Amino acid sequence: MYRFWGLLFFAVPIVGTIVYALAMLGVAPFAGLRLPANYNQAGVEIAHLYNVIHGIMAVVFVSTGLLLGWSVWRFGGRQLSGGQELGARYFTHSNLLELTWSVAAAGILVFLSLYQLNSWAENKLERPLVEIAGRMQPQPPLAKVVAKRFGWEFYHAGPDGRLDTPDDVYLENLLHVPFGEPVVLQLESRDVIHSFFVPGLRLKQDIVPGMQHFVWFKATSPVELEIICSELCGWGHYTMQARMQLVSRSDYDRWLAEQSPWKGFAAKEEQE
Amino acid sequence: MTADGFSLSGETSAVHEPHGSSSNPLVRFLGTWVFSRDHKVIGLQFLFSSLIWLGIGGLLALAIRWQLAWPWTEIPIIGRTLFAAEGGQITPQFYNVLFTMHATIMIFFVVVPILTGAFGNYLIPLMIGARDMAFPTMNMLSYWLMWPAFGCMIWAMATPERGPDFGWTAYPPLSVLFGDAQSLWVLGLVFVGISSMLGSINYITTVLQLRAPGMTLFRMPMTVWGLFITAILQAFALPVLTAALVMLLLEKVFQTGFFLPNGLEANSIQPLDGSGGQPLLWQHLFWFYSHPAVYIMVLPAMGMVSDMLSCGARKPLFGYRPMIYSMIAISGLGFIVWGHHMFVSGMSYFLSVSFMISTMLIALPSGVKVFNWLGTIWGGKLRMDSPTLFGLGFISMFIIGGLSGLLMAATPVDMVITDTYFIVAHFHYVLFGSSILGVFGAIYFWFPKMFGRMMNDFWGQVHFFLSFIFVNGTFFPMHFLGARGFLRRTADPYVVEGFRDLLPVNQFITWCAFGMAAAQVIFLINFLGSLFWGRKAEANPWRANSLEWTVPNSPPHGNFAEIPQVYRGPYEYSYPGHDSDYWPQSEAPA
Repeated sequence: MYRFWGLLFFAVPIVGTIVYALAMLGVAPFAGLRLPANYNQAGVEIAHLYNVIHGIMAVVFVSTGLLLGWSVWRFGGRQLSGGQELGARYFTHSNLLELTWSVAAAGILVFLSLYQLNSWAENKLERPLVEIAGRMQPQPPLAKVVAKRFGWEFYHAGPDGRLDTPDDVYLENLLHVPFGEPVVLQLESRDVIHSFFVPGLRLKQDIVPGMQHFVWFKATSPVELEIICSELCGWGHYTMQARMQLVSRSDYDRWLAEQSPWKGFAAKEEQE
Repeated sequence: MTADGFSLSGETSAVHEPHGSSSNPLVRFLGTWVFSRDHKVIGLQFLFSSLIWLGIGGLLALAIRWQLAWPWTEIPIIGRTLFAAEGGQITPQFYNVLFTMHATIMIFFVVVPILTGAFGNYLIPLMIGARDMAFPTMNMLSYWLMWPAFGCMIWAMATPERGPDFGWTAYPPLSVLFGDAQSLWVLGLVFVGISSMLGSINYITTVLQLRAPGMTLFRMPMTVWGLFITAILQAFALPVLTAALVMLLLEKVFQTGFFLPNGLEANSIQPLDGSGGQPLLWQHLFWFYSHPAVYIMVLPAMGMVSDMLSCGARKPLFGYRPMIYSMIAISGLGFIVWGHHMFVSGMSYFLSVSFMISTMLIALPSGVKVFNWLGTIWGGKLRMDSPTLFGLGFISMFIIGGLSGLLMAATPVDMVITDTYFIVAHFHYVLFGSSILGVFGAIYFWFPKMFGRMMNDFWGQVHFFLSFIFVNGTFFPMHFLGARGFLRRTADPYVVEGFRDLLPVNQFITWCAFGMAAAQVIFLINFLGSLFWGRKAEANPWRANSLEWTVPNSPPHGNFAEIPQVYRGPYEYSYPGHDSDYWPQSEAPA
């Protein structure tokens, strides 16, 4: 029976690694079970990190798993070997071993901590800069994204390039964005916490009411992507999605010029 | 002398009022089994109520799985009765209730109480050689405070909206602005919190004050260490959660303005002005408790598994002291990693970096524990019985659950996988694959002490085999779903075009979940059957060293005829030159 259990514990690292490898390579029937296609420049680095960490995990997973399986296979049968009872070996600790694996593990963890810093900075800390009035300043947002139960409002900065002006262009559940250049979006919420998640851009940001958040990315190709809310916001949470249309800069400018400005802005001005 | 008739040194004195003193059988029954101050009875009360809630929480999980595999279809058999108005199918709002209550029940009514309430109560005094807890009356209260909590949750589920639907994390403004079941949910958790606080103060005092002579701190079994450190975590973290819950309740009832910001348009109708609150404040307070709670839910299981494996391998626990130090490190670091739940929450991204580093660090002591368990079974003489198997299963699953945590600690990767099924896979590997499998092992292991009978080992092994297969079948594929971005907490993920091809994977997962439920039926029958017809057990069926095995099964009130003298640590198995392969802690040296 101990052989059977030994095989079971051997199976965990072996089957687990094979399935995982097939999924990450996209082999049928496990195709489609990996990170989605990436259309964001910063997403390349994230996928790289994802793979590096998986590599480290695989080494630890397989080595500890095989050790566990081997222990069961080998030492589960001890009382039976040669019909003679063998005792367990008496040993209580080894400071050298403890020190070795602690230092090795700590080394890996410190490496991982440092290795990911650049990607985090690229995604969340270093907002793109542009030259405005002779000074390098944070790039102004291309559009304002307003989340509400259970839909999205998109206010594109009009030809004047500024938000909250009379030439803003409003669309519901459809966002137009140029690819091939850094884009900044401003996120706000009307009611509860939502989350702006674009799997194709590997981008996610919670939107807390009362706060302004900025996200940025550099899309790589003209595709249509899905925007989904990934923070529970009520009964209709699952319906809360929108589309992001990535177009070339010239198409974007042409499109923007064709739109009529959002009438709501004038009404709001009047009210106030 | 305490009011309960024990001196703090653990010396014997008048045992408090025996239960059987009344001639009225009803009074006698109530005194023995209901309003008991005996730590063993209280432990069993926690055990039975947690097991019942485990069944309920499991059924809720099956309903969630049904919806994800066959969305908007009629649930067979029970659908028509439960959702008559909706044609037998789950509504989107009720789906949210399902996962909220599944999490609430599993965390607050099952895993925490079964580890600390059931095993903590039952084992601590027996293992350290005490007659009872330091404060038996407070101990009784800690169980009885669970009942108002049970009542609140059941009441909440009887409201027209059928329960809270904002997720167990209860993020405001959602949890404040919508739904009426919120107040009952909050009240219920306040009761649970007070119950746990009473318990933890009791455990800390008992471990520090009531150890038998010779039972130094570094001779305590790992089970006691795990429970002791857990109690400290609870004592420091729970007051924060309780305060936060009261604030949430006040916010709902009196619009105090702790969490709701200015200019909110609730239901897009009425702007709420001038409240000046901050939703992120709740998240900080909530996770300040709820991250340590993750360790509360695994450290006692780690302790019990250490004891079961050392006994099952007939070998000393490898690296006893490093095991203790790593537990202490986990509990210390556990207080400064909560921010990793908030990497994309809008919290400062610089702060995220410091939380990332502390989170990476906490992987170290967890890794050290795994290596030491492997060292424990290496070179042993493994006894392949149910407790040992579940112990080995615990390690195997904890390796997976622990490793996948690395991806979440890495902030850029976490940005992609947070809020997805990757997270669901990760914490179920730790909470179900590790903690619950560990608990099952502990039930098989200590059942003879509790009830004087053995559980059936063959069916225990079948139970382990099926659970192990189906745990992996259920939770392993969730990693892949999460990598794809498949969201948790959505009633119908297939509304999103990009997720439609994932339906077959979800159906596979649901079949495995049903298999897992079926495996638990085997356990249930084995458990109930063994209570009445199990083979009679001797006092020390596993030939284990710790003190609880020196007293008769179903130990009498007061536990020890005479407080034992402890001569050695609990792991002296196969000691060279000793005539048997175990050497009980209280056996006098020749």
